[in-house]
Amino acid sequence: MTEIFGIPVAVILGQLMLGLVNGSFYAILSLGLAVIFGLMGIVNFAHGAFYALGAFAALLGLQHLGVNYWAALLLSPLLIGALGIVIERLFLRHIYQLEPLYGLLLTFGIALVIEGCLHQYFGASGQSYPVPAALRGVLNLGFMILPLYRAWVILVSLIVCLSVWFIIERTRLGGTLRAATENAPLLQAFGVNVPLLVAVTYGGGVALAALAGVLSAPVILVSPQMGSSLVIVVFAVVVIGGMGSILGAIVSGLALGVIEGFTKVIYPEASNIVVFLIMALVLIVRPAGLFGRE
Amino acid sequence: MRAAWAFYGLAGLFALAVPLLGIYPVFMMKLLCFAMFACAYNLLLGFGGMLSFGHAAYFGVSAYATAWLASVRGWDAAACILAGVGASALIGLIVGIIAIRRRGIYFAMITLALAQLIYFVCLEAPFTGGENGLQGVPRGSLLGVLPLRSDVLLYYVVLAAFLAQYLFIRRVVQSPFGQVLKAIRDNEPRAISLGYDVNRYRLLAFVLSAALAGFAGSLKALVLSFATLSDVQQATSGEVILMTLLGGTGTFFGPVAGAAVVVTLEEYLSEIVGGWVTVIIGGVFVACVLTFRRGIVGSILGLWRRARS
Repeated sequence: MTEIFGIPVAVILGQLMLGLVNGSFYAILSLGLAVIFGLMGIVNFAHGAFYALGAFAALLGLQHLGVNYWAALLLSPLLIGALGIVIERLFLRHIYQLEPLYGLLLTFGIALVIEGCLHQYFGASGQSYPVPAALRGVLNLGFMILPLYRAWVILVSLIVCLSVWFIIERTRLGGTLRAATENAPLLQAFGVNVPLLVAVTYGGGVALAALAGVLSAPVILVSPQMGSSLVIVVFAVVVIGGMGSILGAIVSGLALGVIEGFTKVIYPEASNIVVFLIMALVLIVRPAGLFGRE
Repeated sequence: MRAAWAFYGLAGLFALAVPLLGIYPVFMMKLLCFAMFACAYNLLLGFGGMLSFGHAAYFGVSAYATAWLASVRGWDAAACILAGVGASALIGLIVGIIAIRRRGIYFAMITLALAQLIYFVCLEAPFTGGENGLQGVPRGSLLGVLPLRSDVLLYYVVLAAFLAQYLFIRRVVQSPFGQVLKAIRDNEPRAISLGYDVNRYRLLAFVLSAALAGFAGSLKALVLSFATLSDVQQATSGEVILMTLLGGTGTFFGPVAGAAVVVTLEEYLSEIVGGWVTVIIGGVFVACVLTFRRGIVGSILGLWRRARS
């Protein structure tokens, strides 16, 4: 067996692959945050809570209604996205004219309510979600063994991220969205229903978080707190990438997942904090973030 | 003005009489510690206009430092507190230097992320007791002469510390430094054009606020005799924001009122509703942001001014 620095290559590759899987979740989550922030100027603190809700929706659907993984992959984001639209109409729309900081505080309160409710109904301990039968095997790549489900997660996240990027940057709908970011009153004057656009965008961002939740359900324990510390890591990812850029969110999400996986190999104690350390370094060197504009 | 003095007089009488009124002194001390924490936070948010989402880090680091020095090294209480405040100020300086490079929501996210980093360090460092934290911290004595074992005596010490911190913050805000800080909060480009080195003022405010939060944290470690992960975690950072917001950001007494409401709610509500406390706290947060942004004291002051004019 070949070794690098006395560590078997297979172990390194395995951790890098795990890192890439985590990075896929970071990418989808930071993408959702970036979409919401781009249009609404709100940092969605409740993103982690919606991620947890997505996973719980899949879990409950499987346990009580017999909804399988493939249906949950579609239904859970739709359901949670619809919930996001309701929350936007009920609460968020009242604070657009205020300072952006109130958006952070409001969504923080919403996150507390959601996570508190989940905690009351399901307790603190995690529950496991079975890997769907079709994705249970492993792929032998010759140089390493890759569990099929992990490959699936990476594939789905790449497809989702690229499609969202394509929709926003290359389609007419995306053009309208970007116009709303630039000048919402003018767009409204052209006859576009801007409040609807905003509500649907928030729902879309939330649905992305829920999708990440369903995707992650088979590889982690589904618990009410699964999103609360993850959202902080994703914030750091967003600060590193620069909030304005969709592509920046995707690239830095994936890259930081890999770096985190690599840290697990060489110095496991630091794997929890390496993203935050990188954020501090980036801020010292380039305060606007790697892809951001000041 | 006369009404304000009457209010402070009544509040002072109440505070002095707490042990006679049969109120549990440990509860009042906890309340005072969180009031100090919220006042320290308000210095940054209310007067400096900077929303830190990671103030539990300074509160908790100081609590850990005090608890460790008191139980392992057996230092005097005053020395423990001083060391705790120093530790918080140092960490506040490091975080501040990084965080003040950005404004607004970025500032909030950066302070949150760096506080999470400190949380993980506290979780894994060999001297913090991991998940259990440091329990059974001896209160020792103050300056070697005043034993702090009695709850009533410690209560008056904490009350004195609270009063000293409250007056100090008032003094800071009313000083030329505080005026410049408020000017930066209200209109940063203008403050820059007037020649002020804006980042130095912001950094000093950040370090001051961190050190004062540490003062509250080290007292809390002595009062409750423990320092645990809950002192450094994100939920505590959220709580201090809620206290400040609910009481009235940018008013002197607001954070005290907010801390009193939140600590009392948590203490008594958890017996009635159990785990729903988090949901209720979240609901109060939402309600505050949507309908009650001036907070308790801010609203009372507003009504008072309108009644007078």
